[in-house]
Amino acid sequence: MRINCPFCGERDLSEFSYLGDADSAKAIASAAQSEREQIDAVYLRANPAGVHRELWYHAFGCGSWLNVTRDTRTHEIFAVQLSRERTP
Amino acid sequence: MRYSLFALLRQGLMAHRGWTPAWRDAAPKSAYQVIIVGGGGHALATAYYLAKVHGITDVAVLEKGAIGLGNVGRNTTIIRSNYLLPGNLPFYEFSMQLWEGLEQDLNYNAMVSQRGVLNLFHSDAQRDAFVRRGNAMRLHGVDAELLDAAAVRRMLPFLEFDNARFPIQGGLLQRRGGTARHDAVVWGYARAASERGVDIVQNCEVTGFLRAGERICGVQTTRGEIRAETVGVAVAGNSSRVAAMAGLRLPIESHVLQAFVSEAIKPLIPCVVTFGAGHFYISQSDKGGLVFGGDIDGYNSYAQRGNLPTIEDVCAGGMALMPGIGRLRLLRSWGGVMDMSMDGSPIIDRTPLPGLYLNAGWCYGGFKATPASGYCFAHLLARGESHELARAYRLERFASGDLIDEKGQGPQPNLH
Repeated sequence: MRINCPFCGERDLSEFSYLGDADSAKAIASAAQSEREQIDAVYLRANPAGVHRELWYHAFGCGSWLNVTRDTRTHEIFAVQLSRERTP
Repeated sequence: MRYSLFALLRQGLMAHRGWTPAWRDAAPKSAYQVIIVGGGGHALATAYYLAKVHGITDVAVLEKGAIGLGNVGRNTTIIRSNYLLPGNLPFYEFSMQLWEGLEQDLNYNAMVSQRGVLNLFHSDAQRDAFVRRGNAMRLHGVDAELLDAAAVRRMLPFLEFDNARFPIQGGLLQRRGGTARHDAVVWGYARAASERGVDIVQNCEVTGFLRAGERICGVQTTRGEIRAETVGVAVAGNSSRVAAMAGLRLPIESHVLQAFVSEAIKPLIPCVVTFGAGHFYISQSDKGGLVFGGDIDGYNSYAQRGNLPTIEDVCAGGMALMPGIGRLRLLRSWGGVMDMSMDGSPIIDRTPLPGLYLNAGWCYGGFKATPASGYCFAHLLARGESHELARAYRLERFASGDLIDEKGQGPQPNLH
């Protein structure tokens, strides 16, 4: 598996570190939720077998947070974008 | 047919023509008292203990493929009970005790070998942590011995003791730990369950749940609808997918864990050894191959195969620990799909839907738990309440804050 970083080009998997489901990360960060919604955002996952939107950090590259759309059954990557939520 | 030396001798005189299949490949009936979704080790063990302990034999085990081809046939076969936390220790120790009597109980050779599990430590801080773990184990009646470097050297003289970065200072040894033949565990439980009347149904994939209002009253499968009073799900790796059919979201991510086996060599490694400065564990199979593994790959996956950086990382750990294996050729590597839970501990509990019960979240420690998991899940399915040893494995513990986080990593599944 290689990830095509929008800034660095196609780079080896070992340069990246994985955070997880991008939608969960977004839900955790968003304010004004009930306690139950916060608990669900932190602990529950859709965990699909198929297309998954997820956050990767290009630790040994440009240091960008990336939104990667990937198939969890084949590891095929469809899209890589700079994560707007995570960019300061 | 009961297996014994006498049966073997008699079959020998008959040129071994009298052996019968170990278990019955059943066709599904239209209704059962209990359905267990999944045909792995935990599901088969559950069916066996339902029949043996609770007398419930109107049970179907529904497997989408063939039994034994999932995680129960893809692990590194290690059994141990060297845990730290009160929620885990009694459960895994009970599992260890069931392993010790398993072959007599099942009348099947599961090749349980109590060759010892040795966790090495490489710093003063790690030694302190292992002393604490060893004390916790002994307080729970589990055997644990702290070895110094000289004692480890007597056991395993070929290790790299004087590594400049990670010198081996000693190890925590559980002598009762060891390995078991994973395939034989499947066959043994399948045979023992089948003999007691359980239907093992293969090539029968569950595609949905039947409902009567909120209540789950059966499953839709590729072989038709099957009704049941109670449905248990034991499909670790795919728990989220099956739960989604019932509209549930679980505190689980599926991750791929790779394992490896080398070409066969003469006896070298007498026990299970783990490297404390990386993540690497190794044992030697009875065929002579070195069986080893390390971390999960670290990203969501249902692929049953991993990527090369993890292989490099595992092999680097192996080389740091025992450089002598560097010239061995790798025979096979493979991947299994793990239910990585949010605190690194499993779930054996009822779900919010009446009639539906869940056995999930085994992370990469599911094999050793097979007997106790089956025992406690059978108790839950038969009586509708948790077995006292599995009382901590509640689905609601994430909301109530009663997490069982052995590694203290928080809700980040790829770090457990």
